[in-house]
Amino acid sequence: MTTSSVSANGFNKFLHSIRIPPVYYFLLVIFIGGAALDFYFADGQILTNRAILTNIFVRSVALGIVAVGQTFVLIGASIDLSVAYTISMTAVMSSFIMQGDPTKVPTAIFVVFIIGAVIGLVNGLIITKLGVNSFIATLGTALILKGILNATFANFTGSVPRSYETFGYGRIGPIPISIFVLLGVVLLGWFILARTKFGSQLYGVGGNSEVARLSGLRTHRVLIGAHVICSLTAVLTGLFIVSRLRAGAPWIGPDGVYDLESVATTVIGGTALSGGKGGVWGTLGGVLIFGVIDTLFNQLGVNPFLKNVLRGVIIILAVASYTLRSKREAA
Amino acid sequence: MTEEQNKTTVLRKTQPEPLLEVRNITKRFPGVLALDDVSLKFMQGEVHAVVGENGAGKSTLMKIMAGAYIADSGEILLQGKKVSFSHPQEAHEQGVSIIYQEFNLLPERTVAQNIYLGREPSKFGVIDIRALNKKALTVLKELGADEMISPTALCNTLSVAEQQIVEIAKAISFDSKVLIMDEPTAALTLVEVRILNALVSRLKTRGMALIFISHRLVEVFDIADKITVLKDGQLVGTELAKDVNAEKIVHMMVGRILDHYFPPLGKKEDFGEVVLRVNNCSNHFLKNINLELRKGEVLGIAGLQGSGRTELAQALFGVMPFKTGTMEINGKTRTVKAPSTAIKYSMGFMTEDRKAEGLLPKQPIRDNMLLTVRSMQSILGNIFNDGIRKSRKMVPTLAKQVDVRTDNYDREVQFLSGGNQQKVALSKWLASNADIFIFDEPTRGIDVEAKASIHDLIRGLTKKGIAVLMISSELPEIIGMSDRILVMWDGSIAGELPAKSTESDVMLLATGHETNNHSNKNDEAGKE
Amino acid sequence: MTTTTMAKSSRAVKVLNTIWTWIKKIPPVYPIFILIFLTVGFLNPNYQTANGIFVFLRRASPLAILAIGQMFVLSSGGFDLSMGSLVTFVIVGSSMLLNNDPEKAMITIVIMLGVGVIVGLINGVTVSFLKVPSLIVTLGMLLLVKGVAMFWSGGAPRGYFTDNFRIFGRGNIENVPIFGKFPIALLIMIVIALLSYYLFHKSNFGKQILAIGDNVRASQLSGVRVRVIRVLAFVYSALLAVVAAILLGGYGGISTNVGDGLEMQAVSAAVVGGTLLLGGKGSVPSVVFGAFTLEALFNLLNLLGLPKPYKDAVQGLIIIGAVAYVALSTRKKR
Repeated sequence: MTTSSVSANGFNKFLHSIRIPPVYYFLLVIFIGGAALDFYFADGQILTNRAILTNIFVRSVALGIVAVGQTFVLIGASIDLSVAYTISMTAVMSSFIMQGDPTKVPTAIFVVFIIGAVIGLVNGLIITKLGVNSFIATLGTALILKGILNATFANFTGSVPRSYETFGYGRIGPIPISIFVLLGVVLLGWFILARTKFGSQLYGVGGNSEVARLSGLRTHRVLIGAHVICSLTAVLTGLFIVSRLRAGAPWIGPDGVYDLESVATTVIGGTALSGGKGGVWGTLGGVLIFGVIDTLFNQLGVNPFLKNVLRGVIIILAVASYTLRSKREAA
Repeated sequence: MTEEQNKTTVLRKTQPEPLLEVRNITKRFPGVLALDDVSLKFMQGEVHAVVGENGAGKSTLMKIMAGAYIADSGEILLQGKKVSFSHPQEAHEQGVSIIYQEFNLLPERTVAQNIYLGREPSKFGVIDIRALNKKALTVLKELGADEMISPTALCNTLSVAEQQIVEIAKAISFDSKVLIMDEPTAALTLVEVRILNALVSRLKTRGMALIFISHRLVEVFDIADKITVLKDGQLVGTELAKDVNAEKIVHMMVGRILDHYFPPLGKKEDFGEVVLRVNNCSNHFLKNINLELRKGEVLGIAGLQGSGRTELAQALFGVMPFKTGTMEINGKTRTVKAPSTAIKYSMGFMTEDRKAEGLLPKQPIRDNMLLTVRSMQSILGNIFNDGIRKSRKMVPTLAKQVDVRTDNYDREVQFLSGGNQQKVALSKWLASNADIFIFDEPTRGIDVEAKASIHDLIRGLTKKGIAVLMISSELPEIIGMSDRILVMWDGSIAGELPAKSTESDVMLLATGHETNNHSNKNDEAGKE
Repeated sequence: MTTTTMAKSSRAVKVLNTIWTWIKKIPPVYPIFILIFLTVGFLNPNYQTANGIFVFLRRASPLAILAIGQMFVLSSGGFDLSMGSLVTFVIVGSSMLLNNDPEKAMITIVIMLGVGVIVGLINGVTVSFLKVPSLIVTLGMLLLVKGVAMFWSGGAPRGYFTDNFRIFGRGNIENVPIFGKFPIALLIMIVIALLSYYLFHKSNFGKQILAIGDNVRASQLSGVRVRVIRVLAFVYSALLAVVAAILLGGYGGISTNVGDGLEMQAVSAAVVGGTLLLGGKGSVPSVVFGAFTLEALFNLLNLLGLPKPYKDAVQGLIIIGAVAYVALSTRKKR
């Protein structure tokens, strides 16, 4: 064997070992396509503007954090459609508790994380112990949250103190703090999935819960854990959004379509809806794709209603690009 | 110490204590007595094969020993101590591991992750990946498979045999004393079987008790020290492998059954014109298939698992259509690209996996029986539209034809016994007036009595001029039922055998050997 | 003497047993509905008159129609979550097309039914041929259809519905023997329920829907054209959504959020009516009563003075409860 073929082999092995999720090639294509549109309509002023590029990231933060949580749930072959209202609940409760008072920030954060953990726990318990299909269970809890929120709060409630806005608007040098938060969450998510027993068990439960059971895993506990993690990321997203909006309102979660978009970005990132496979790096790529598209639409002045139409189309087509090759019939 | 107790101690010393023992195990399923008072002993350093026909109770017994089922009565002793496993996990922890017929690996995870799923070496919940891979490598080394399989390979990149080895690695990583293997060779090629056998003897020398289920006698004699035969849930006997031959074992397995329950074969004058002719057909799995099927005959298709038996049926029926070659149905050239077309040309397909492919479990008997007719009619139509009187009688008539005894046709089929389910699945093809029937494993997993009536039914069909293509992995069934036998090997037809050929003729062809007996009719058909 | 009484009592036991087996077969939705409706009637005397009952039934009719459509899709193993948006689209779009001109009522309705067919086709084809789970497809459609409606109307629909358009939703047939006035919406619902009963319980279409919902593979191998059946189920569901929208528009007028959450109400009604999620079981009459039950419950909450948003919360509880009930009772059987 010659040395060159050995090193080529080594390079291939290296490529294989880092396993770049295919979504990043997709992201590249979208970026190039976006650049073409940009040069045609806006003389290339959009994607060369550093402020706008930063904006893409900031726009991705809210969706990105909760999408990491959704990745956990989907890997466990479950789904969480209650994240949008968990986000609303967090935003409303935190600004309601803070009431512009900087000393109440820790209390508010503590309370919303507790609420989030309870929501995740309830979701997990309904799915595992009552045997309710995860889709229905979390839509049900979403409805319950929606009812409680709308009955209690009409519109913007309370406000956050100036100091708290740092989370949304602060920068370290030229880079917004929120980007560090997003990367931190992604890194933590990666670590839990790839390096801990819990992560390994979650892949087992999602891949084949019977195999996992026969291997002695407490499948219910693992799945409940994933749901709690997912709800906690929704809480973090809610805290971020409220720091940008300066006050919370019941409609901000569903208005951002965080439930559907977190699922869509996760699936685009290579996590199967049927579970057992995927990871947070792919999800980050999916989120960035949405960020690029969103920013382009905004800068090009696309009608906001039309934007929703295009989002719907993109979500369906993106998922289709994965499912099309499968041999099994969908239902 | 009393004299009585003394006696038993002495006995224990002279007679080695079995590692695992089952006593008077009885297990009943709805409609079937799966195990009837079975007692067995499994010794250390011994390979003990448990053989028997399908439905003899082998798998049930293994599942009870591994804690997946709980026996209705009887007890299990591990190293002389009474144990009761309520969950496979408990059996695992006490050193009894089982490898099931269907794979229990996560395809998207690595070999090491699979072997130590849930038991990863870790500190504070953080996995020590290096230690994990090292431990996995050690286990693989013990099996002598460390050069073949890397601990970091994804399981979906492994061959079937390699996956089987990973399963074994997983089982012995529990430090098992007893390893149960349920048909470990079913999906393996001959070379792979050899690797597996070498592995088994290695484990034997480690002082484990190995139990394996099979109905392939050749392999049983290759590796087993003792052979136990089960039949209809009862223990027929246990023999030392060196003291018996295959014939004796077959006789124990089959007993009266062979001459008892197969209906007489067809006579020359019963066979009519060719209704199905396949000329040089191929697809990605099947190579150059040529066959002829005549009215009134049962054409048996034999072959090992993976030889293409089921793929042939699926190709004929349009599930995985042929890509090249021509098919003639009732004298006309036809292309069948979907099951609905096959049904239109009056073919019927009894699938191998009844639950997954043959039945609508939550629908009543009635709707299961009428499904094919419905799919052929217009969508907005109603089955009772044409000739109300005649079609009202359809369901009771069908039930009578296939001998399903019930007066309530609104019962969901999931609550029927296996035999009755199979009959319901069959009846829908009678309803569609199919005259070419494909049976894939028609009697898998049903009891002896129901088997006999299915066989009678098949013969009854041919008497009415229906052509039957019957796939079976049970050689006695193939030989007892077929008017001609085609043997498949490696995706093609290895040869044709006349009725009443012997099991060894079939096995030789099925493993890729030639026999003197087989006529080269097939090759001639190809030349035409 | 004792023997005769014994015989008599054993015969009585037998009769009671047969009655009990009959009672056990009654779907739980009927007694639940009667219970809730009686409570509502007790609290509000309006419901004790024929007129009051008709008002109730008219208001429940659109939901019953939606629930039937939803049941067709649920029974095939899928979900149709685009229904609510489609209702919004029909109401907003009709106001745009009508443009206050009564002469355009007929053509508007025909066009909207056409839109229903197209939406159903897109849903069904995407699920069947691109193999995207219906959950994602119809949620995506939810965004898409509502987006189109809002884009078209610029967020603020203009005009009003002409009387000949509204008549379906709020009109009555006068001088009906026995009943006096009979709501047209209820009549339309009954006609659709009868048609659906034939399609679902008697025709080859319905039986094949149940077949693919129960076991796709077995259905395919029995010659069922799975994709065709699935697409048709989605089309039927979308068509019924259009009909329901016309009734809702006639009753409530134009607004851009009428449809919000209706898809979940339809799923809830279907599930309360004994429809099995992921396919294989369903019944038109039970689902109609499922819708009535839900509507009666909403009325009850109103009468008890709970704020409107609690409607959602209660619905969430019901849907989880109904599915958990089925899941736990089948688990027990095994």
